Amino acid sequence: MTAISTQEQPGTAEASERDPWEGFTGTKWRKAIDVRDFIQANYTPYTGDGSFLAGPTARTTALWARLTAMFPVERKLGIYDVDVHTPAAITAHAPGYIDRDNELIVGLQTDAPLKRAIMPNGGWRMVASGLAAYGIDADPRIAEIYTKYRKTHNDGVFDAYTPQILAARRAGVITGLPDAYGRGRIIGDYRRVALYGVDRLIAAKREERAELDALWADDQTIRLREELAEQIRALGELKQMAASYGFDISGPAATAREAIQWLYFGFLAAVKEQNGAAMSLGRVSTFLDVYLARDLAAGRLDESTAQELIDDFVIKLRIVRFLRTPEYDELFSGDPTWVTETIGGTGRDGRPLVTRTSFRFLQTLYNLGSAPEPNLTVLWSSRLPVGFKDFCAKVSIDTSAIQYESDELTRRHTGDDTAIACCVSAMRVGKQMQFFGARVNLAKALLYAINGGRDEISGAVVAPGLEPIADEYLEYDKLDVALDKVLDWLAETYVHALNVIHYMHDKYAYERIEMALHDRDVERTLACGIAGLAVAADSLSAVKHARVRVLRDESGLATDFETTGDFPAYGNNDERADAIAVDLVDRFMTKIRRYPAYRGARHTQSVLTITSNVVYGHKTGNTPDGRRAGVAFSPGANPMNGRDRHGLVAAALSVAKLPYDYAQDGISLTATIVPSGLGREPGERVANLAGILDGYFASGGYHMNVNVLDRAVLEDAMEHPERYPQLTIRVSGYAVNFVRLSRKQQLDVISRTFHEAP
Amino acid sequence: MTGMTGPGVETTEVGVASVLGSIHSWDLSTGVDGPGTRFVVFTQGCPLRCAYCHNPETWRMRDGQQVESADLVAEAAKYAPFIRSAGGGATVSGGEPLLQPRFTAALFHGFRALGLHTALDTSGYLGARAGDGLLAATDLVLLDVKSWDRALYRRLTGRDLHPTLAFARRLADRPQPVPVHLRFVLVPGLTDAAANVAGVARFAASLGNVERVDVLPFHKLGAAKYAALGIPFPLADTPAPTDRQVSAAREQFAAEGLAVF
Repeated sequence: MTAISTQEQPGTAEASERDPWEGFTGTKWRKAIDVRDFIQANYTPYTGDGSFLAGPTARTTALWARLTAMFPVERKLGIYDVDVHTPAAITAHAPGYIDRDNELIVGLQTDAPLKRAIMPNGGWRMVASGLAAYGIDADPRIAEIYTKYRKTHNDGVFDAYTPQILAARRAGVITGLPDAYGRGRIIGDYRRVALYGVDRLIAAKREERAELDALWADDQTIRLREELAEQIRALGELKQMAASYGFDISGPAATAREAIQWLYFGFLAAVKEQNGAAMSLGRVSTFLDVYLARDLAAGRLDESTAQELIDDFVIKLRIVRFLRTPEYDELFSGDPTWVTETIGGTGRDGRPLVTRTSFRFLQTLYNLGSAPEPNLTVLWSSRLPVGFKDFCAKVSIDTSAIQYESDELTRRHTGDDTAIACCVSAMRVGKQMQFFGARVNLAKALLYAINGGRDEISGAVVAPGLEPIADEYLEYDKLDVALDKVLDWLAETYVHALNVIHYMHDKYAYERIEMALHDRDVERTLACGIAGLAVAADSLSAVKHARVRVLRDESGLATDFETTGDFPAYGNNDERADAIAVDLVDRFMTKIRRYPAYRGARHTQSVLTITSNVVYGHKTGNTPDGRRAGVAFSPGANPMNGRDRHGLVAAALSVAKLPYDYAQDGISLTATIVPSGLGREPGERVANLAGILDGYFASGGYHMNVNVLDRAVLEDAMEHPERYPQLTIRVSGYAVNFVRLSRKQQLDVISRTFHEAP
Repeated sequence: MTGMTGPGVETTEVGVASVLGSIHSWDLSTGVDGPGTRFVVFTQGCPLRCAYCHNPETWRMRDGQQVESADLVAEAAKYAPFIRSAGGGATVSGGEPLLQPRFTAALFHGFRALGLHTALDTSGYLGARAGDGLLAATDLVLLDVKSWDRALYRRLTGRDLHPTLAFARRLADRPQPVPVHLRFVLVPGLTDAAANVAGVARFAASLGNVERVDVLPFHKLGAAKYAALGIPFPLADTPAPTDRQVSAAREQFAAEGLAVF
């Protein structure tokens, strides 16, 4: 009521008389779709500190309070509500509001906040089991459509999977594949909607499509023509959806409020259409700052109302919801959506891309309280302005909600308009997409090398044609050769499975609106991954430096190990162990590359697990490093829980040795520091944390999740979740609301190393 | 240093021979053993027997591991680029480093060659053993002034206060005074008497090179170690100070114009 009347209403006569591009400079971006050029020509670097920031308005606080009142119900029931009758699509649902008179940025996935939609294109079984998990019946009409008339991605994948792939999945040596959930890892360039308006984007797509008509109709061209037709259709639906909310987004945004609203509509259309595991936002803060700065200069906004717009936008990003199956929740706990926003960094010309809006996005953690979404990600370099670095460190200490990635490595590999998809996976916005591939179980692969391809839990032959090692004591060289053969089989089976998955996803669940907001010819990467790196490396180290005796059952299956003597563990900046981890990364990447990828995708790999380190650990038997069967792996590229004995710096330096060149889908390190482990005073702690980040990235590190909290806090939160509704911590690659993790996952987090002052 | 990017540094110790020493361990810490992130060597052996000591396992020199200073410097070299970017340095603590002054000096020369800021964490009781060469290689001294009252000091540590004060004056009187961060452990009912605190505060203010004072609240996190060593923990029944007691002590230092934490 109060703040809205001081904001210019979009679509008013005053707003529409102005040239939307008034005051903007640069020529390239006017002639062709080139958001990066627009940003470079128009943004204003900010090198000061956070003292200019404004707190929340009463309107913001009231609106957020409405939602937080709903969260306990959602947490208790698992979901707040779901629409079982309407298959999701861009225009499927009537407009919805949290509090219509008091929202500055509008639009919900369905017609009510926290109400989830069904998205059967990915698979009907997933929808049915997702509903059943909450005791909700599916609509039989819809069931009939997706079992009789409309084939789904999940159907197609299982039609083309081979028995070997199925055996590998069952055994848990390849897990978490996106064959029963949306693949995600596509970032539409939502900024294009704001900068150009939809009509211009449709025109550009029509031109791109026209060029294809002149080409010969081979498979590729026909497919691309159809995709472009769908993209153009989706852009039309985007306009229609916005119109249902009262907005004409055919032309460019003329104000900051419009820019945020247009951009959000683009993103909203994506999350109405798709339920990818990661539905990341891109790199929007510096872009939006151009509009906010223009409005501030013209007196149309002040700092309080500028921040208010960002707060309202972020509120929307925090309530994105998808209906998931219980199996999915085990892999990806706490309802993550990975609405990753990439903040800061440096441009190719050396100017920092830090703006006041970079600060404003982080400020939402104070104005609205901490939260895991949007997944705030800072591209860090020691060259960033000190005021920003210190502010980020302070926010980390206060909230543990930020993650950091290397500005240097991302800019070198994917340029200065890089955005992070999901947790650690960099790509050029609007010009690149990833074929998400989850990860393989390296620790189990090592056991297969010992057992000749037999699974150590079921005894079944999963990897055929391999000889087991029969020796009582393991020899390093022999084990290494056997492992190599397993990795060959694993890489082949893995790429094979991913090719099937992505062929079928393109066919049955194509991301129309997200791809409409890309250039026609995008680079595709096949984003493979490895889990259990620390377990595998430490096990190999044990064999090399200690004595490992194999214990076998009556069938000759190795089921346990007796390891005597010391061995260096990965995570202590000890080259003897770290070199093994580096070699595993290099080796698997080299093997993956040998198998041709669907659609000519470039192979990449990540060392990242999300919360699946618990799932993988559960499916893996005793390992030579002393880890017991069923015990969780460490997350991502972390050293195994408790084995990093020289503190955070040593652990970080081990991880920094992993070569990004061989892991360009990202390398994830999660660090948990007790506040007293950063120094005695708040000011010192900020400077020391910023220093640690400087040191880590200067040493070649790629990524760090930073948690600053006491173990006692987490233990208390486990027992009294009602006291910590917004406690956010960072797990492998994302932030999560701690009280929404399962107890097993909570225990895993607590068992992790808390780096303290020695 | 395979795989590490960033500025690489070779460990060159021109003219500094390696010295054998006895250490408890080494580690990396941030903000608690001097400024920033630091490579910390904990030497083995201490002449004092402070009632509140939380590292009793460092008291006896014979319990340490024998290491060459050159090997420790080589280990620190693996962390030097990180530390130089992060801000920080290297600290020799313990135990009491000045029980092994040649060893400590060799470490400092090695750390300096790596471009690291050097800090000496000492009670000052053996200050006379610190040669000018060692002090010339010392960027900062973390000095424990455990009490002002001499009788109390003797009861608390088993030794005399005087050498610590002499050492402190020597650091201040050098042509280039060595900066000092003074530490004072606050033990309720033992060191917290106003006159005792005031004495330390006035002394610290008189020197001119005390850049900072840390009032450290007594804690009992080391109690289990006494049990493991089979020795009694003299302050087992002493509580940790309250926040009010700690701030009262801090105010006394601040009243003398010192920067207190």
